[in-house]
Amino acid sequence: MSQSDTTLRIELQFSGGMELLFDNQKTIHAKVPALFPVDVSTENKHAATIRDLISWTANNLLKERPELFIGVDGSVRSGILVLVNGADWELEGELEYELEDRDEIVFISTLHGG
Amino acid sequence: MDRLAGDSSSFKLPLQHSFMATTATTESLEVRVKRLEQEKAALEQEVRALRLEQSIALASAPAGGARAQKQQEQQQQQCANTNGGAATNDLTASSAFAPFEKVAALTNPEIARYGRQLILPGFGIQAQMDLRNCSMLVVGAGGLGASCALYLGAAGVGRLGIVDHDTVDISNLHRQVIHNEARQGMSKARSAALSVQLLNPHCEVIVHELVLESSNAQEIINAYDIVIDATDNVATRYLLNDASVLGQKPLVSGSALRLDGQLTIYNYRGGPCYRCLFPTPPPSETVTNCSDGGVLGVVPGIIGCLQALEAIKIATGLNKEDPPTMTLFSANSSTMFRTIKLRKRKAECIMCGDSPTITKLIDYVRFCGSSATDKTPDLFLIPFNERITCQSYNEVLKGRVPHLLLDVREKVQFDICSLPSSLNIPLKALPNELEKVKASLEGQPDRPVYVVCRRGNDSQPAVRILQENGITTGEVKDMVGGLERWSNTIDPDFPKY
Repeated sequence: MSQSDTTLRIELQFSGGMELLFDNQKTIHAKVPALFPVDVSTENKHAATIRDLISWTANNLLKERPELFIGVDGSVRSGILVLVNGADWELEGELEYELEDRDEIVFISTLHGG
Repeated sequence: MDRLAGDSSSFKLPLQHSFMATTATTESLEVRVKRLEQEKAALEQEVRALRLEQSIALASAPAGGARAQKQQEQQQQQCANTNGGAATNDLTASSAFAPFEKVAALTNPEIARYGRQLILPGFGIQAQMDLRNCSMLVVGAGGLGASCALYLGAAGVGRLGIVDHDTVDISNLHRQVIHNEARQGMSKARSAALSVQLLNPHCEVIVHELVLESSNAQEIINAYDIVIDATDNVATRYLLNDASVLGQKPLVSGSALRLDGQLTIYNYRGGPCYRCLFPTPPPSETVTNCSDGGVLGVVPGIIGCLQALEAIKIATGLNKEDPPTMTLFSANSSTMFRTIKLRKRKAECIMCGDSPTITKLIDYVRFCGSSATDKTPDLFLIPFNERITCQSYNEVLKGRVPHLLLDVREKVQFDICSLPSSLNIPLKALPNELEKVKASLEGQPDRPVYVVCRRGNDSQPAVRILQENGITTGEVKDMVGGLERWSNTIDPDFPKY
């Protein structure tokens, strides 16, 4: 298997204060495993979904306070909007969306100040 | 000339006018009368505006003892007398529940005022009339509401309601440009209304000096056509959403913090409501207010302008039938604006869905677990006997008792001001930098450690961290009320921000 088969190039973006949890990086070009879970044999793996991406991001990229990123049932905490290639993830299947190479995934924390 | 000079002075003007009238044969008397009446109306308008400004100056002048108070009352009385009881500066006289009078045509002064919009292709007289016959409610006269209300009032909205319970503070003015220095302590709703009135007396401004809550929100919102969410807290955002859905009003929602802003229209043309996007409120500890997170003044100004624009587009039908979107603004991104496509209304939404379970307003403070203001609440994590008052710490300083003062604020705040010989380790970094704290005890393992922060909240978890790691055998206490109280009670020269 070539490298491109086993990992996906995903551009992660963080905004609305989310970047503070990622060492103030607004954009991270990540190489995400194409198949999950990573520690089981190939026949038991499935194609990477946003659900997998969220836990992978929390384990590999998150710098602080995971409770400000992770919510219940493997999702992000309430108040975070996820975008898949510029659109509300609800339009793409939310947690079950299957990642594709070169996808752009944005995590936005809603703001409340005024 | 002698004959004229001998006349009583009150006859001079009419004589001159009649003399000119007889010589100016090109104009009929009728035209001259009309023009003079217009000039008179314009002068009266100017007098009203000046009276309004005068009344503001008087109302917000600092009371300097009984004599000044009396003088001020006399002046106000004079002001009211000369004003002939006109309602212009009595903003409380207007009520949102009085019928909103719609008109069939614009007046000439209105045409002169809105000329640049009237000649705008695609806008024109029809859109201007739509604005004139529209009522809008701006909830919040802060950073968002400031620019939003000014532009809506200036643009020619017929009736503009402004809601705010707070008063003008000096720390608001870097972004809340609708208020001014002289109006410190004045109700924000009132100050904002006065500014709009000064800018455009044709706009009927209605002041709502109150906290919008479940008991009053529905009635107020129902009295307007379009609602603008320019608030600063989660509880009021859910309240406004629900009341707008129940009252079937479009909700133009804006928010801003630090260098970022967001804009969405909810409950409009099959688009989502706030609950479709965010069914559950965020945990209150994840919500940052402007007072703690900071905000660049112009950022809410930009979002408030966008809110005014969207409200105008809704009122005039200028917006195309675009799918629902959210606009993200990021001041220090290479692409400052970004518009993303949003889901449509969710059929299963408990508020705006096909079978809603919320049919009247609920308790939003309880629902969100946070108060309906953006004030930072006091934290009570550790018992009082593990804390030190500003007075007691001052004694420690005066008695030159050896100790370590640990300041757990962010560096950006520490750089503004700090107490002498304090060590700065931000709360977030503290667990990883305990060695630095130990090193600062200078080989005295029983040296007391006092922890300080801005308001006495972050210092409490810091105390716990130090205790759990056995940093010192001496006492570990935090300063009640933080540096803000230090400034208030011990050292007035210590800056507050």
